[in-house]
Amino acid sequence: MSNKMLLNKRIIKKTALGGILENPVFVLVLGMCPTIKASTNITDAFALGIATTFVLICSNVIISLFRKFIPDQVRLPAYIVIIATFVTIVQLFLASLLPDLNQSIGPIVAMIVVNCIVLGRAESFASKNSVLLTLIDCTSMGIGFTLSLLLMGAIRQGLIALNFSIFSTTAGGFLVLGLLMALFNFIMMTVEKRKMQKSRAGLNEEVE
Amino acid sequence: MLLSIVSIVIAGLITNNIVLVQSWGMCPYLGVSKKTNSAVGMGLAVTFVITLSSIICWLLYNYMLVPLKLEYLQTIVFILIIAVLVQIIDIVLKKFSPSLYNALGVYLALITTNCAVLSTANNSINSDFITMLVTAITTGLGFLLALILMAGIREKSELSKTPKIFQGFSIALIIAAIMAMAFQGFSGFNIDVGSYKLMMMGGALWL
Repeated sequence: MSNKMLLNKRIIKKTALGGILENPVFVLVLGMCPTIKASTNITDAFALGIATTFVLICSNVIISLFRKFIPDQVRLPAYIVIIATFVTIVQLFLASLLPDLNQSIGPIVAMIVVNCIVLGRAESFASKNSVLLTLIDCTSMGIGFTLSLLLMGAIRQGLIALNFSIFSTTAGGFLVLGLLMALFNFIMMTVEKRKMQKSRAGLNEEVE
Repeated sequence: MLLSIVSIVIAGLITNNIVLVQSWGMCPYLGVSKKTNSAVGMGLAVTFVITLSSIICWLLYNYMLVPLKLEYLQTIVFILIIAVLVQIIDIVLKKFSPSLYNALGVYLALITTNCAVLSTANNSINSDFITMLVTAITTGLGFLLALILMAGIREKSELSKTPKIFQGFSIALIIAAIMAMAFQGFSGFNIDVGSYKLMMMGGALWL
């Protein structure tokens, strides 16, 4: 019994850290179009991150609830309709309550339907796991996505404020994302190397 | 009329390229650009889907959703049309050209979630039929052009030595950034003080 609970705790911890260790943008390389499109300033980046997180959580919880009733052959159209419904809710909300924001990120919000992160999580996680675990996973992934959008937005807005207008274009977005991805790779490699060294040292001590 | 069509063609292919200037359709752009053959197949398939889905979406939106005052259903209807179209292409290709079907693999099904298709359909609903048609075809061809160019560069860059942390998507994004700068150059570029300083600094470092 305690063993099972320990296992459960480990799974929950792993899922909760998914947003960072399996960051959707920098590690899984999903949802790049909105990342580049909406990261020219922090406000847009944050708003899009929150909107995407909302769609991600709501649609995947529904998909997880119905995972045993949706037939395998028509699962993709079913998922897309569920996702599109929540995107329409966000669109109507933005259009009626936040018209200024709707002007700047409206066309990008419509594209959450085809954001690979939402469909990717539905296909690889929500269709196989319980509602609670899906909720944790999607919250973590949504936060990870929002954080990476904010990071990109902060860097690009800072550079544009310093008069580097190239960073307001797509080319600048590609450049920032490429360099950040390299930095993320570098950090991951260093951490892994350190872990390997530590485990090797531990082994040596045991032998002695 | 002719002049406006020419300007739409140039915008779709180069100055307003769907991938390199508008940054839609990144996933297949980075995922299928490793070999030129599959890049051509993918580009043609996407061009076909963009054209057909834009026509159907335009007709449905203007003659069904608008008269019935159901404009808010746009997102759901459009994505369903695209999903059905991709499913049809999947079945047809499997039957008549198995080699291309195998080369495209999972990315064929992923055309459904290609942002380039939905964004083209969304953007051209308010224009007239001919403008919409020309925009859709040239947007698809612009995607094909960007994909072929990228595949050509990446085939070469596979052979060169890349630092370990830049390997994979990172170097592909930096290549894409340089290509995007070139494409943006066609529509003219304001060189401001900051970029000028950056260029001078780069020049000084290089010297």
